[in-house]
Amino acid sequence: MNNADETHTSAQTLDSLKVGEHARIVELTHGFVQVERDRLMDLGLTPGTEITAEFRSAGGDPTAYRVRQTLVALRKIQAELILVEKVAS
Amino acid sequence: MSGAASSCETCPAYRAGHLVRLGVDLSEAEFVVALAGNPNTGKSTVFNALTGLRQHTGNWPGKTVVRAEGGFEFASRRYKIVDLPGTYSLLSTSSDEEVARDFLLFGQPDVTIVVVDATCLERNLNLVLQVLQITDRVVVCLNLVDEAERKGIAVDDRALSRILGVPVVPASARYGKGIEDLNRALHEVATGTFQCQPLRVKPEHKLKTIISQMTERVVQAFPGIPNAQWVAIRLLDGDMRIEDAVRNGELRNMMLERSPLESAQGDAALLLDASNTYREEVGHKLHQTLVEEIYKQATDIASRVVDQGGQKASFDFDRSLDRLLTSRIFGFPIMLMLLIGVFWLTISGANVPSALLADLLIGTLHPLLKAGAVGIGMPWWMSGLLVDGMYLSTAWVIAVMLPPMAIFFPLFTLLEDFGYLPRVAFNLDKTFSRAGAHGKQALTMAMGFGCNAAGVVATRIIDSPRERLIAIITNNFALCNGRWPTQILIASIFLGGLVPAHLAGVVSAMAVVGVALLGVFLTFVVSWALSRTMLRGELSTFSLELPPYRPPRVMQTIYTSLIDRTLLVLRRAIVFALPAGAVIWLVSNIMVGNTTLAQHIIGFLDPFGAALGLSGLILLAYIVAIPANEIVIPTILMLTVLVTGAAGVGHGAGVMFELDSTAVTGELLRASGWTLLTALNLMLFSLVHNPCSTTIFTIWKETHSLKWTAVATLMPLFLGFGLCFTVAQIWHLVG
Repeated sequence: MNNADETHTSAQTLDSLKVGEHARIVELTHGFVQVERDRLMDLGLTPGTEITAEFRSAGGDPTAYRVRQTLVALRKIQAELILVEKVAS
Repeated sequence: MSGAASSCETCPAYRAGHLVRLGVDLSEAEFVVALAGNPNTGKSTVFNALTGLRQHTGNWPGKTVVRAEGGFEFASRRYKIVDLPGTYSLLSTSSDEEVARDFLLFGQPDVTIVVVDATCLERNLNLVLQVLQITDRVVVCLNLVDEAERKGIAVDDRALSRILGVPVVPASARYGKGIEDLNRALHEVATGTFQCQPLRVKPEHKLKTIISQMTERVVQAFPGIPNAQWVAIRLLDGDMRIEDAVRNGELRNMMLERSPLESAQGDAALLLDASNTYREEVGHKLHQTLVEEIYKQATDIASRVVDQGGQKASFDFDRSLDRLLTSRIFGFPIMLMLLIGVFWLTISGANVPSALLADLLIGTLHPLLKAGAVGIGMPWWMSGLLVDGMYLSTAWVIAVMLPPMAIFFPLFTLLEDFGYLPRVAFNLDKTFSRAGAHGKQALTMAMGFGCNAAGVVATRIIDSPRERLIAIITNNFALCNGRWPTQILIASIFLGGLVPAHLAGVVSAMAVVGVALLGVFLTFVVSWALSRTMLRGELSTFSLELPPYRPPRVMQTIYTSLIDRTLLVLRRAIVFALPAGAVIWLVSNIMVGNTTLAQHIIGFLDPFGAALGLSGLILLAYIVAIPANEIVIPTILMLTVLVTGAAGVGHGAGVMFELDSTAVTGELLRASGWTLLTALNLMLFSLVHNPCSTTIFTIWKETHSLKWTAVATLMPLFLGFGLCFTVAQIWHLVG
């Protein structure tokens, strides 16, 4: 685990992405319960995948992200558990 | 049957003599076909197109939750087809995917059709590649090609077929396109004319070795088991449910359902030991590694077969619409306006047909039946029980319930079809998450305003166990349309009467809205309390997919939502209302000593009723009217006449009635001792008491838990007692 963190020192968490910004997923950390982590991976949020913050909910949270041509809503507390590297648009 | 057949003749895929639809007649099916796919890929539409059935389909992930079955004939072979709930993966532990997973793995269908969404092929390939791992005979139905075309996405189906090694059929099932080709491909694969050579994702070497060693162990323990490799992978991944299935022999039962094994003498303990040992070698990242490898392949395939050349334009439309519907400024006002619109159309639209139905069933048919019963010499007690009791209560429920249901649910379904409802869940999620609940509860709550039983069924869209239970238990706080008439009547008599006549309408309307809002408030408070107490330990996850917008199909929506929501709920209500009518008639007519049973019970309940600011009579009405809130007022009026002996009102003991005039109803109630407090507390109690028995039964069916059914039933009842008691005590102190 520590290894992964060290190699991606430039990594930030997904929630820091502003609307319209792109990033590449580095890791879904183990802050997730297993079932939820599995589900998000099955939805296509695997390491290396490109992800774009599309729009926020009227309430401000969750945020809709585009992943593999689909829109997946993630709460802030979930996005905080996902490490990403920003990609220039 | 004939209806289904004739509608098929008009659809483009129909060719007389080629394709015979069997509806639900599945006898002697030669081939069993499983229909799998991600949620919201139009799987149910494909199912309907193949079978001629009209299962409800909506633009909402997770529509089919139990499996639906149908049948059809093609080239004189009979097929049975099983529509499975939407599934993202076979490699997960989530309980909402269990039904599909178990059927694909252990039901051993002859052919599996995987329906994929052409607009997001890459994501859908995850499931396709997983299915190809476990079975040889697969047909991929590339659905929604019309939508993909609109979005400028082109998928090379032939190349995809070559890569996957199975037939790929482009289709647009909602317009019947491609169904004939799908039938042909299915036939070729089922009969072996087409030999599938499915692409198999190969895990990296070390993992592969461990998996194959573990697979051998599984085969040793369960000789002849289908999909031993999958079982091995799940055990290595530490799937508790599969471990349990190994331990208690359930795994063997799953297999026996379709292919009896000779003598499966599995040594469970030995197998589990082995899996523990191997698991140390693979580490705890097995699921991640496998999914990553599958997706790597999916990305590669998609890059070779998908051309997203002219994608821009319609994505822009979807995006602009999303920005508007979820915007900070317009998001909530638009939502509120749509919601008010739906309620307004329901209430105002239902008035006329409700009155007509009441006129026909209660005003005209009831006296006719009564006269008929006398005519054929039926004894008074029998005609009383059958016509006054059972018939009347059922008729009442239909008259009150059917029109609003027939308007409310289709409207709701249109919004769902279009794809708007997931956005409502998205917008309201923050509010609900503060109460420990899921944004989708906003929708199940809204459904509850139509009917709580339907609202409880709708909680299936919530895939997290804790949030789903919260939504089930609190649905009753949504004031269902069986209770609106009670609220409106009592409010206009007792609260409207407090103010000058020109304000009466506004005041009583506001009072009813106030009660409904109190229900929303209680939903949040109780959700919050449950998530922090009783449901603390339950598993909680969040996932919400926002599907693309799709043009709603108006006629089909009206047809299907009439069939499978309205009529289903209605039939259940009748099943429960009929016996209730008998009970109501009996308690009012059975004499114990000099008075009726009803009067004895009322006398017994009176002190308790008085403490609650209600009365024994009201409590009795709520006891006998558990099956349906619609008959509470008619029962109260009938009992009032029975007790007070008011002359010239009503139709006799056990015959429920309502009065044309609100003023006369008011006089009758006031004469029997009703005060403003009685009215206020009745309105409160109508909101906060046990769910009707249809809903209780539905809760039991959905949870399969006596505990949660009891909580959902008794918690609001005691809360209602507490609320009414408190209000009554304060009233007495102040007054």
